[in-house]
Amino acid sequence: MKTRIIFTLTLLGFLSLPILAQTSGYQVGDEAMEFNLQNVEGSSVSLDDPEYAKGVIVIFTCNTCPYAVAYQDRMIALHEKYASQGYPVIAINPNDAAVSPGDSFEEMKKRAAEKDFPYSYVYDKSQEVIKAYGGSRTPHVYLLNKENGKFIVKYIGAIDNNHQDASAVTEHYVEDAVDAVIQGEKVALDNTKTIGCSIKWSKKGE
Amino acid sequence: MKLLIFSCICLLALVILPMMPNTAADRGDFKIITFEKFESILNEDSEKLRIYNFWATWCAPCVKEMPYFEKASQENKALELVFISMDDGRNPERVTDFMEKRNIKSPVFLLDDVDYNKWIDKVNPEWSGAIPATIFIKPDGERHFHEGELEESELKKLIGLHN
Repeated sequence: MKTRIIFTLTLLGFLSLPILAQTSGYQVGDEAMEFNLQNVEGSSVSLDDPEYAKGVIVIFTCNTCPYAVAYQDRMIALHEKYASQGYPVIAINPNDAAVSPGDSFEEMKKRAAEKDFPYSYVYDKSQEVIKAYGGSRTPHVYLLNKENGKFIVKYIGAIDNNHQDASAVTEHYVEDAVDAVIQGEKVALDNTKTIGCSIKWSKKGE
Repeated sequence: MKLLIFSCICLLALVILPMMPNTAADRGDFKIITFEKFESILNEDSEKLRIYNFWATWCAPCVKEMPYFEKASQENKALELVFISMDDGRNPERVTDFMEKRNIKSPVFLLDDVDYNKWIDKVNPEWSGAIPATIFIKPDGERHFHEGELEESELKKLIGLHN
């Protein structure tokens, strides 16, 4: 009987895990943690760096997910449009290389060289940042605005509403959000969802 | 003599047929659907436990768990399984080729609507949009949603709980 109760409790605990995973992490309005991660160029990137004095477009992405790949050029365009206005892109790969070998640091370097990314492409090897932010898929955007020395989350979600065809996009979620923040206005649509690839969580310590 | 030839042909067929690649006739139904269609399917009445598994041909954890779903559906006639493909609707042959190669017997519906933010919450508000994801609908209409990959034992437990 006792083992049965324990079994049932374990099962219930297991079943509620995905729900917990959904509600953890940041909501719009929360203060986001700062991080210091290694860039494909060998240097480390910190939110303390002067280029992020106003804010940053944090995008959890990777090499292998077709959705993430579909957005590479649009991420470059976002960076080129907004870095000069104080909101550069930082791309963070959160995938465990043991689970997804195509997302190793070496492979990140290769992709960055091939595509000549103008933004920092960094590796969240310990997965601490993605866990704190609550990212659940690639790509997953967090727009941060620096307010009184704190990075405040202003938008969470998708880049736009058509990953297949950039020319068919009718809603530019991230651009609209950054434009609103720059103008000191409230972001009208501050949370969106999209289909994406699951995060390849490390099997260690599970 | 005729009988001998016929027997030879039969024997030959027995040897050769299993070696031939699966044909379209062997695989499950395939169709391309809109979200409105999918929503009406979700709301249909059924006496079975219905399972809709969101997947894509390029999604490694999805492809890994598919055989568990197929096996469960073949073993349990009280289940109705449909794979909902998130592949590119402009290249449906990628999905049908996959079905033939992997011998997918269950129906596959390619949900061809990339304006995801418009419909993900309608499937389930808990869903972040990551795949694989699975929705279980009991005959009484109660739904259970699971985001993430399932091991075979986990799937069996979930089916047991909802069946």
